[in-house]
Amino acid sequence: MADPTPAIHNPDYPIPEELRNNIAITTLDRIYNWSRAKSVWPMLFGLACCAIEMIATAAARYDPSRFGMEVMRPSPRQCDLMIVSGTVTKKMVPQIVRLYNQMAEPRYVLAMGACASGGGPFKEGYNVVDGIDKFLPVDVYVPGCPPTPQALLHGFITLHEKIESQSITTVPWYRKGESEAIPVPILGPDLIDLRQASLINYMSTQTPEPPQPAAAAEEPVAG
Amino acid sequence: MTDTTSETVHSATDLLFEKFGDAIQADDREGYEGVIVSSDQLVDVAQSIRDDLGYNLLTNLSYVDYLADDFFEVVYHAYRVPAGGPPLTFRARTPRNEAILPSLTGVWPSADFQEREAWDLMGIRFAGHPNLKRILTWEGFEGHPMRKDWREPFYEEDNKPFKTRWPGGEVDRAEMRVPYGMNVQYPAGFTVDGYSPEGDAALYAGLAVPESASGIGVQQIKTDQLVVNLGPQHPSTHGVFRMTVTLDGETITRLEPVMGYLHRNHEQIGERNTYLMNMPYTDRLDYISSMANNMAYAITVEKMLGQEVPYRAELLRVLMVELTRIVNHYWAIGFLLNDLGAFFTPSLYAILERELVLDLFEATTGSRMMCNYMRFGGVAYDLPPYIGGPAVKPGDRARELDTLQFLNDLVFERLPRSLDELDRLLTTNEVIITRCKGVGVLPADVAIAYGATGPVLRASGVPYDLRRADPYSIYNDLDFDVAVRYNGDTYDRYLIRMDEVRQSLRILQQVVPMLKETAGEDYWAGKRPYNVRVPVGEHYGHHENPKGELGFHIVSDGTANPYRYHIRAPSFINITPLEEMCRGSKIADAIIILGSIDIVLGELDR
Ligand code: SF4
Repeated sequence: MADPTPAIHNPDYPIPEELRNNIAITTLDRIYNWSRAKSVWPMLFGLACCAIEMIATAAARYDPSRFGMEVMRPSPRQCDLMIVSGTVTKKMVPQIVRLYNQMAEPRYVLAMGACASGGGPFKEGYNVVDGIDKFLPVDVYVPGCPPTPQALLHGFITLHEKIESQSITTVPWYRKGESEAIPVPILGPDLIDLRQASLINYMSTQTPEPPQPAAAAEEPVAG
Repeated sequence: MTDTTSETVHSATDLLFEKFGDAIQADDREGYEGVIVSSDQLVDVAQSIRDDLGYNLLTNLSYVDYLADDFFEVVYHAYRVPAGGPPLTFRARTPRNEAILPSLTGVWPSADFQEREAWDLMGIRFAGHPNLKRILTWEGFEGHPMRKDWREPFYEEDNKPFKTRWPGGEVDRAEMRVPYGMNVQYPAGFTVDGYSPEGDAALYAGLAVPESASGIGVQQIKTDQLVVNLGPQHPSTHGVFRMTVTLDGETITRLEPVMGYLHRNHEQIGERNTYLMNMPYTDRLDYISSMANNMAYAITVEKMLGQEVPYRAELLRVLMVELTRIVNHYWAIGFLLNDLGAFFTPSLYAILERELVLDLFEATTGSRMMCNYMRFGGVAYDLPPYIGGPAVKPGDRARELDTLQFLNDLVFERLPRSLDELDRLLTTNEVIITRCKGVGVLPADVAIAYGATGPVLRASGVPYDLRRADPYSIYNDLDFDVAVRYNGDTYDRYLIRMDEVRQSLRILQQVVPMLKETAGEDYWAGKRPYNVRVPVGEHYGHHENPKGELGFHIVSDGTANPYRYHIRAPSFINITPLEEMCRGSKIADAIIILGSIDIVLGELDR
């Protein structure tokens, strides 16, 4: 019979023959990560078009329960993974940051699609945040517009690999003290990232420059 | 046919000239139609257009910034419902520096959100509007971004293709150009210290418990009115929609939708783009029905270009659009059931069928959802000869199926059968009947006044379907009925979607054999230019999208980029009567009423 727990079993330690099928010897890291990686609960929230593909992924054909990920919770308190599935707008980003702050650690962020990764087709829009990584630490980026369900599943697998490579001794959530919340941005005359407050204040003393057109590219060299 | 109908529009405007004399002017600019109404008579003229001329549905309100001539123009399009025919266009002007027009909300409540949008994005005030707040951006936002002299933080040039990218092809990261490394800008002298955001104060002030008419403040008596916020992160809001409701016990007394959480500046980006560049953007409006959005945009621009479309292209378009309609309605039904508490099981049935249609889309266009399929003058690709099918036997990897055979199976067997199955499982289900019947009733006259279109309007007993009311493409040659239901409640809005799927199947069953006959014919007419130039003028084109009327109002100044690119989004306008439908219902019913309208945020917020 095949070893039922190949991923967590540590074969370096000698186990008597007669106990092989009953006992597995492993490290704390491995069993901890194994159990975490196999039950990542995503948050049930969608932002834009990518959310439709996320729902399609959650349905029968692609079946994320193979990865222990079919349980989507609408409450951030019960989630391990935030899938940022779509365009992040300035009007929405305070809510997203707040949701992230409300998630219990360990928590992960997956940026699904071009918009969440870097603004996507709507990047230049005045109400669009050019990538959720301007505010949240992103663990996995999944390219595509929208990513196919297969691509999203690949993102999940990548996340599992990341989880399995972490070590209890270094993960931030077991360090002393509390981890810092990300300041929730404010909707002012434009989106205000409070971490940039001193820069904004400094800029107010400079002579304002209207947005400038980019310098035209050099004439392309023929050939 | 179109000749006689445009004659009715002309005779209608003649009546206006007679009645209002100097207050009305013909619009004699080249390529424009309709009349210009002087702003002090606008309300009277609108009233007369509605009551005397019978144009009872104000479908679209668009706003254009004529920077060079120093005025804003608000363009209104009104329909005769259910009689049909093209819209009557009338417009009013106001100077740029002091932009104010009378509000038409008193004549057509459907102007409500659209006027708020014009205020938000263009800065036109509407005197007499009951609730003139920003709608897509937020209170406190600096400037009115659709003005032609407003520049976004990542501004490069007015029009694409940008010189940094074309023809050199260099990479240019906008983040490197702005001081904050991010898509933001602040007015001169703005400091964070001492700034207090306006937040939701205005919203909640508007919802505060009203004083009763007799002068006794309701607040003085001990009552249970409270304001509850729902969304934008909520599993039942179909995306990032938000509503705030005032409750008396469990009963809704007031409701205000809050939107803009997915405002992606579609129109502003669209005006920088060239015409063809906007095609993939339309996919992302109603992202469940991308093919139908393509269709609406393509027929609008083709009309302006005077471009003919080959017969096979029309067939392919109708095929894709009707399949999209089926997908959309399945999706809507599945998620309505979600909202009713049947969490995800009915949706799984619906999504399963959707996957089959998506297989066809992917094989034909290369993408499951964002098809970017239609072009001016046809479609981008013909059907592929084979389509990958799912593995059915152990050891199978994927199979190649003949596309027409696949389509045949789909529209003659698979989909009708699954529809019957849904029907059998859901329609007579006791829970559905008790929760849906008589809930969220929208009477026909209210539906028309609030500008509802699509299934929402037809479930209220108004047989108005643009495929019949103002025919385009080959719908005139196809045999189908306009589905209609008469009670206007949530149950009828569920049933009408079942009916429409049946009608779509009927259409498809006529189209698929014709595809076989026309195999090999041309599917894209003309020179297939990358960059079309549209003659100077203005056009409002519309299409019966699965969710309602999707319209594009395009103003061309003869260059390669649209001067104005306005989208009349069905979800945005169908949501206007939400408060009417919810008032007096229980809070739990608000969820299913919203679900039965079937909104999608991509086009609601644009
Ligand atoms: S990446 Fe594409 S599909 Fe995803 S949200 Fe953005 S525009 Fe929509």
